[in-house]
Amino acid sequence: MIKLKKKTPLIDQHDKFGFYGNKFGGNFCAETMRKPIEDLSKLFEKLRKDRKFLKKRDHYFRHYLGGETPFFKLENLTRHLGGAQIWCKDVSAINGDAHKAYHATVNALICKESGKRYIAGDTGAGMFGKNLAMAAKKMNLKCKIFMGTKDISRQAPNVKFIRNAGAEVVPVDSGSKTLVDAVSECMRHYVSNCDNTHLAVGSAIGCNIFLKICAWSTSQISRELKKQLIKEFGEIPKLKLINVIGGGSSALGFWNEFIDYDKKHVELIGVEAKYAAPLSTNAKVAILHGAAQYCLTDKEGQIAETHSLSAGLDYPGSSPLHGFLKDSGRARYTNASDKEALAAFKLITKLEDIRPSLEPAHAWSECIRLAPKLKKSDVLVVNNCGKGYKDKKIYIEQLGYYPK
Amino acid sequence: MKNSINNAFKIAKKENRPALISYTVCGDNTKDKSLQILNSISKDLDIAEWGIPHNCPTADGKDIQNSSYRALQNGIRLNDIFNLVKKFKKTKLSKPIILMGYYQMIFNYGEKKFIQKCKASGVDGLIVVDLSFPDNKNFAKLCKKNSICFVQLIAPTTTVKRMKEIIKSSHEMIYMISTISTTGSALKYSIKRIIKNYNVIKKIKPSKNVVIGFGITKKTISNLRSADGLVVGSAICREITRSLKDGQNPVINVSKLVRILKNKII
Repeated sequence: MIKLKKKTPLIDQHDKFGFYGNKFGGNFCAETMRKPIEDLSKLFEKLRKDRKFLKKRDHYFRHYLGGETPFFKLENLTRHLGGAQIWCKDVSAINGDAHKAYHATVNALICKESGKRYIAGDTGAGMFGKNLAMAAKKMNLKCKIFMGTKDISRQAPNVKFIRNAGAEVVPVDSGSKTLVDAVSECMRHYVSNCDNTHLAVGSAIGCNIFLKICAWSTSQISRELKKQLIKEFGEIPKLKLINVIGGGSSALGFWNEFIDYDKKHVELIGVEAKYAAPLSTNAKVAILHGAAQYCLTDKEGQIAETHSLSAGLDYPGSSPLHGFLKDSGRARYTNASDKEALAAFKLITKLEDIRPSLEPAHAWSECIRLAPKLKKSDVLVVNNCGKGYKDKKIYIEQLGYYPK
Repeated sequence: MKNSINNAFKIAKKENRPALISYTVCGDNTKDKSLQILNSISKDLDIAEWGIPHNCPTADGKDIQNSSYRALQNGIRLNDIFNLVKKFKKTKLSKPIILMGYYQMIFNYGEKKFIQKCKASGVDGLIVVDLSFPDNKNFAKLCKKNSICFVQLIAPTTTVKRMKEIIKSSHEMIYMISTISTTGSALKYSIKRIIKNYNVIKKIKPSKNVVIGFGITKKTISNLRSADGLVVGSAICREITRSLKDGQNPVINVSKLVRILKNKII
């Protein structure tokens, strides 16, 4: 069994080749990319210790992204389900509408520091694309967003936003026309332009440095949550932290400060989309987008196609860090179907004022399954990591309405 | 240890020309056709590279992506590739063959089993696009043990310090990527700059055979003829695409193209 180290940030628990637990991650990339990612690693290691940079990051998080996101109890849902107390960490309240705002902003800041004028990123649901486009505009960088043509059509509100922010949307029409192809094409763009372009990978995937930057940035969520919990409860109560898993960026941010806790004290639960669920369906380890990870493949090792109503979850791979957390037994992973996510959205929006996007609706589904089985003293916290407006059309198609 | 790849370079050197190396995708557009193409162009080649198709090829441009897609559509599997290599090696005019692919395909098959199969079917060399130095040290050793040449890559972004390390651990052939790009884009640098990069590598260890690839076409090939070898890939894949689109026989068209390429470097 793989063991986690205590008191060492999760992202730093890799060996010199970038492997976590001797098994996940690495740097499976073309020679052309080696020097640029090595330079980026050096820059990042310098910046994360640099007070001035951290101050700048905090300034942007506070004033540009709107500061701390709310943490509150869902009284109606708690009463309705009649078990555990249900709390919401409403990350969707951030300017930018999703946790992607954190690493989009950090990537733009790093790009600025590197002296590069161009930034390129991939997006599935459009949340990372939109936030990267915004950050690039703010920091005067030229931005390209790679997006599958299927996602361009199903996440149209975000595409419009990206274009309005002045970024170029590069449609990717190969393969399944979704996130997996967008990431591949964005990496190709980087291989061809790494001398003047910063690559901002939209999830906690890719070669070692990219997942480190991502998880480091989103960890803002758990830093806030820890304080908010202590303020509410006077201590860290017995918790279950439920988070949706696509590429895994929001969960890593939501869990980061709690990794060292015993799992009986703080349980970490990841929820994948049922037909894009490498972590919860015993997928094999495969190399995808530069890293070894749990990934859906066919017998020959070709990357498998996935199916999810949610563009952000429609990805065959998973973060190497989640493979690490799974094999060490620190986190457990389950999944929810499109139907279950839709039902969760229906119930949540009937009882509460939040409007989750399809991605966190999967996490809410697990919360609804779990809460009635637990005691009142148990605390469930769900990361409501994305706003629902982008899925309005899909919700109307599937449910016949979108709540006010 | 057999020295088929070294010999191929020696022959070309004797004729005072660079070795001509083709890249096609095994199984493009069908298993039989890809073998027919290779059989037909073999007489003009010094070394043949055969791509193992993968559906997430992050370092390939559109042309090779199309070829890989066609091959996968027609059901090519790794075991088919080994069988086709065996058949190719049995033909009279066969040349040393290098398989080129992404590490996932090898990882999924199992490193040891993969190398054994390579050896048994007559594969002379391997290029693994996304298994770069120093992560490839063990794999390269395993290749050497089995008399397979592991081809290291050097890019325009590779520092001289790193270059020296790569060359030190390299076998008889080194692949120099001409320009910062995926496969098949136009050359971004001047010929002069590419040759200059090439000379830096050669100077470190003159005895290594260094080939230049990426962006080499009918138009650019003769300008680079001072190299030990030149790889033409995307231009050939593009010709296959064009032939299929126009309802022509890719075997004939690709053979013509390779003959032209050869004539440009004689």
